[in-house]
Amino acid sequence: MKGVDHARRQILAWGLGAAGVTIAPGITLFDLAHGRPPSEPASRTKRWGLLVDASRCAPDCSACVEACNRENGLPATKTATSSQWIRKVELKDMRGRTLSLPVMCQHCAEPPCVDVCPTGASFKRADGIVLVDRHTCIGCRYCMMACPYKARSFVHEPVTGQSPDVPRGKGCVESCTMCVHRIDRDRLPACVEACAASGHHAILFGDLNDPGSDISKRIASVATTRLRADLRLDTGVRYQGI
Amino acid sequence: MNRAAFARAQSRWFWALVALGGAVVLAGLLAAHAMETHGHAITGMDNQVVWGMPHVFAIFMIVAASGVLNVASIGSVFGQAVYKARAPLSGLLCLALLVGGLFVLMLDLGRPERMVVAATHYNFRSVFAWNVFLYSGMFAIVGVYLWTLMEPHLSKWSKPAGLAAFAWRIVLTTGTGSIFAFLVARPAYGTALLAPLFIVMSFAWGLAVFLVVQSAMYVWNERALPDSIAKRMRNLLGLFVVAVLYMVAVYRLTNLYFAKQAAFERFILVDGGIYPLLFWGGYVVVGSLVPLLLIYHPRFGSPRSMLAASLLVCAGAFALLYVFIVGGQAWPLEIFPGYEVTSSFGDGQVAVYAPSLPEVALGLGGLGVAFLVTVIGVRVLRFLPQDDLQPAVAGPSR
Amino acid sequence: MRRTGSLASTVRGLLAASAALLALAGPATADAPAAGGSSRVPKPTVAAAAPGKCVEDTEFMRRNHMELIRHQRDLTVHEGIRTTRHSLANCVNCHADPKTGRVTGSRDAFCEGCHTYAAVKLDCFECHADRAKAASAAGATR
Repeated sequence: MKGVDHARRQILAWGLGAAGVTIAPGITLFDLAHGRPPSEPASRTKRWGLLVDASRCAPDCSACVEACNRENGLPATKTATSSQWIRKVELKDMRGRTLSLPVMCQHCAEPPCVDVCPTGASFKRADGIVLVDRHTCIGCRYCMMACPYKARSFVHEPVTGQSPDVPRGKGCVESCTMCVHRIDRDRLPACVEACAASGHHAILFGDLNDPGSDISKRIASVATTRLRADLRLDTGVRYQGI
Repeated sequence: MNRAAFARAQSRWFWALVALGGAVVLAGLLAAHAMETHGHAITGMDNQVVWGMPHVFAIFMIVAASGVLNVASIGSVFGQAVYKARAPLSGLLCLALLVGGLFVLMLDLGRPERMVVAATHYNFRSVFAWNVFLYSGMFAIVGVYLWTLMEPHLSKWSKPAGLAAFAWRIVLTTGTGSIFAFLVARPAYGTALLAPLFIVMSFAWGLAVFLVVQSAMYVWNERALPDSIAKRMRNLLGLFVVAVLYMVAVYRLTNLYFAKQAAFERFILVDGGIYPLLFWGGYVVVGSLVPLLLIYHPRFGSPRSMLAASLLVCAGAFALLYVFIVGGQAWPLEIFPGYEVTSSFGDGQVAVYAPSLPEVALGLGGLGVAFLVTVIGVRVLRFLPQDDLQPAVAGPSR
Repeated sequence: MRRTGSLASTVRGLLAASAALLALAGPATADAPAAGGSSRVPKPTVAAAAPGKCVEDTEFMRRNHMELIRHQRDLTVHEGIRTTRHSLANCVNCHADPKTGRVTGSRDAFCEGCHTYAAVKLDCFECHADRAKAASAAGATR
């Protein structure tokens, strides 16, 4: 045949265009959801953070606390010596306005707890999560003295029945890990998931280093604050509506 | 009483003291074992007050350990002969108190079996890690210093060794004060003033402990401390007590000046319950003013007054440390300035702390260790200060 | 000379007593049945939930499992590397006793059996879950 089949070319061109438009978002989403393979270490290109919207947080709801307890194997009853990685705080200002919000480890970029730990057990992972290496912790509680947010708890009694993903035991200090065992498997922290499931959607999780993530976009558009911002600890957790 | 009977009686007393010291140390070890088996839940410490009675004892002993070496330093470094004669006893007491303080600190850890981890993993941004080196180095330096003091042909090295020990202990006490000075979060701490405050406290408490032990040794050996020496040491103690009062006053007044610290100061000084009581009654009156009266008032010049003054200074030290360590933690952290705060984790509430038996037993165990080391040390080696004096019983001279 | 003689006989007596005690110690501890039959040295009996091939050779594991665990823990905790080959949780999943679902709790349990036999303190499970993943849904007591 001598001439070119324009109709066929056009169909092919349209078809390829349509296919590209259909597949491309899928490729982008796949990249976001794909995350980091297990053999690859955490990297500084990401910085995980949380944004808590106090205006959406309900005073009588403690879904985040209960989810954290279930996920990490923490005791349900609260005593002076039991571990609390996240707690609901009720605020009342001078004129009677009340607020409710959760407080957990703020995952500071300049953590005082990391500075004071004698063995280096309290450390900041490359992607910004502040953790306690319980293999090295000697239980001196100096980090508990240093934390401005009272985020850390000391395990005062022997522990049994731990979750296989969250080893914890007597004599070491611990705090919110931002569900690092879930994040590493591309899931959300338990508190974030539970808050969404309860309908409040008050806690947002994401990569602060990625300007396109939901959390970065929200921080760029609304007023957010850090707790004890005067200390300049550059926390990874921010609050909206305080 | 002839010499043989005297020696037998002394020997019996010695073994009685060793048994007493041993019993106290055993109680401390049992307390530590209970804490390790059952966890810290059996103590009064919790997630709000994480450092309690054991730390009061331990920090007293460590600060006094560095201060008691002052007596030797005044001798070796500043050349005062009267103090030089007392240098060996001062060195022994330094080692004894340091061992006692570290005994308490290490056994109070959540995981004391991880001592090896602490000795092999260091985070050099932490003043605790530096303290590990400072404390171990202190043992070595004071050991060498004692050796130069007591070995006759090494005496020419005692001045450089004394200088090294003096410098080291200033750094060590600065490190101890820095443990608290570097804590930015709490209104009670986070001030550079704490390092010199601890240095001055070490002067006062170290000398007080030295005077107590010296008095006991003189009574034991049926000798009398000459009045001139007693007066000098007493006046020096008075000077140090005034210096500590000054530093504490500056610290409190500066805190009062800042609006954000005022509520905390009110808590400590006025309405905190046990804390104002211990601060004013325990530290200011019993621990400073009464000893000053006993030291400087012409009516009180006897060795007994000096001993009483020294004991009261030590009691005042415990009161001050309790207010400093426990009071500083009892006051809630201010995470939301301007708001009234409540939560399930003690936010916004003053923490309640009551010392428990295991904690007190552990603290006393540390004192027992220091006591044992001192008693055995002075029995075995010549630590009694040898001055040119008229002994009540003629004894061997050097 | 008499003093030396009585000292020497005391020492000899002590040595004889120690030797007798040591000789008795062997049979006294041999309460586990000898696995091989021919050897008098008792061996621990351990049960594994999924008997088969371990991720490394048995002899290699016997000598080096502690090094693997120690190395892996630093990788996982500090770097977030969660490969399963040397992961302790993975070991537990395979090696848990089929009846109890645990690697501790009896002399036949996989980890505790050998560790008791070798008299090496096992403190991993003060913090780590000693149960296979499915069996640990009960939750913590503290």
